[in-house]
Amino acid sequence: MSSCSWRVRTCLNWKGIDYEYCPVNVLEGSQNKEEYSEINPYKFVPTLKIDGVILNQSVAILEYLEETRPEKSLLPKDPYKRALVRSLVQAIAGDIQPLQNLRPLQYIESTGGNKTEWAVYCITHGFEGVEKQLAKASGKYCVGNEVTLADLCLLPQVYNANWFGIDMAKYPLIQRIANDLSELDAFKKAHPQNQIDCPDKEKNKNLRAFI
Amino acid sequence: MSSEKPILHSYFRSSCSWRVRTCLNWKEIDYEYCPVNLLERAQKKEEYSETNPKVVPALKTDGILLSQSVAILEYLEETQPEKPLLPKDPYKRALVRSIVQAIASDIQPLIQPLHYIKSLQYLESIGGNKNEYIIYCITHGFEGIERQLANTSGKYCVGDEVTLADVCLLPQVYDTNRFGIDMTKFPLIQRITNDLSELDAFKKGHPQNQIDCPAEEKNKIS
Repeated sequence: MSSCSWRVRTCLNWKGIDYEYCPVNVLEGSQNKEEYSEINPYKFVPTLKIDGVILNQSVAILEYLEETRPEKSLLPKDPYKRALVRSLVQAIAGDIQPLQNLRPLQYIESTGGNKTEWAVYCITHGFEGVEKQLAKASGKYCVGNEVTLADLCLLPQVYNANWFGIDMAKYPLIQRIANDLSELDAFKKAHPQNQIDCPDKEKNKNLRAFI
Repeated sequence: MSSEKPILHSYFRSSCSWRVRTCLNWKEIDYEYCPVNLLERAQKKEEYSETNPKVVPALKTDGILLSQSVAILEYLEETQPEKPLLPKDPYKRALVRSIVQAIASDIQPLIQPLHYIKSLQYLESIGGNKNEYIIYCITHGFEGIERQLANTSGKYCVGDEVTLADVCLLPQVYDTNRFGIDMTKFPLIQRITNDLSELDAFKKGHPQNQIDCPAEEKNKIS
């Protein structure tokens, strides 16, 4: 269910890189165990072992894959368009996802707060900014007409928004692009419901609630 | 880069703005500093435009306007590769970006003022303690970075050359000083930031050296 992991799965699929999936149950706190922090000091998922090295932080992993496997590229060649892609990546991966990640939500809950209310505030605030950026940058996808790293970050965040019951009709560009992305094989194959650690009861839910 | 001087929309205290100031200084790119007081701007409900961007930092350069500090840093690195701030080796680049993200995504956004003012109001409304939340976020973030630095650091965050990781680290440590975090728990972060604070590009980018830093702030010990 980790949106950060989904980004990396999509990238690996997009570039045709076969990989072994090693589940980490974050709801049960497996990421907090000492042996996991030895491979990921931040105790987050995803972690990617590749080329004899271990990588953490999804955005760093995406950039590494882009640099070492440039075929089926996910960044434009033009530096300005690359900056537009990265700006959207940060708007999602920096300014939305970490604020409604498991850890802050657990903290909010522990203080008696409503974690759904918190997550809805964070995502809504962030999507307002993303929708404005897309008004200038988007074509068929987030930046122009080719799939980029921005799209890899967008779809999982929309999945989270649906999870929290956010009214996506307020974000027509995000909604349209996410709908189109969800039809692409690399994104579908990476969907949480298609992973080996997805519980059966989750597989039957219709979380593709794009209105 | 075009012959026109870049314009940086910046707030003296913004750690994200300090990152970009350091990068411009490091690469010896002369720029025009355009101060933005975000809190005043939000209160006045000003109209945002290309010459009055909503967020800082925003960099007008090469005829375009860029936002999001990490995107700006990568753009400057790609278009002005002299005095690089990323290693050549892809794995080391990934290590640098990992620390950049640990700071720019996993710490700073959780405590950045325009977000946390509202979120802290919410926290307080439900009986939470805002300082406790901020310290929780920062401490957890710094613990991860300290563990990472144990594997990657030399003189600086990744090896012995200054990189984008260092550019992000010093402003973050400075920004969190005001919350009274016990930095002795993070000796590598402390040692590296002490060394970085002696470098000209970082000093010149320091909040107290910006034209919009109020006089009473300049006298405070950082």
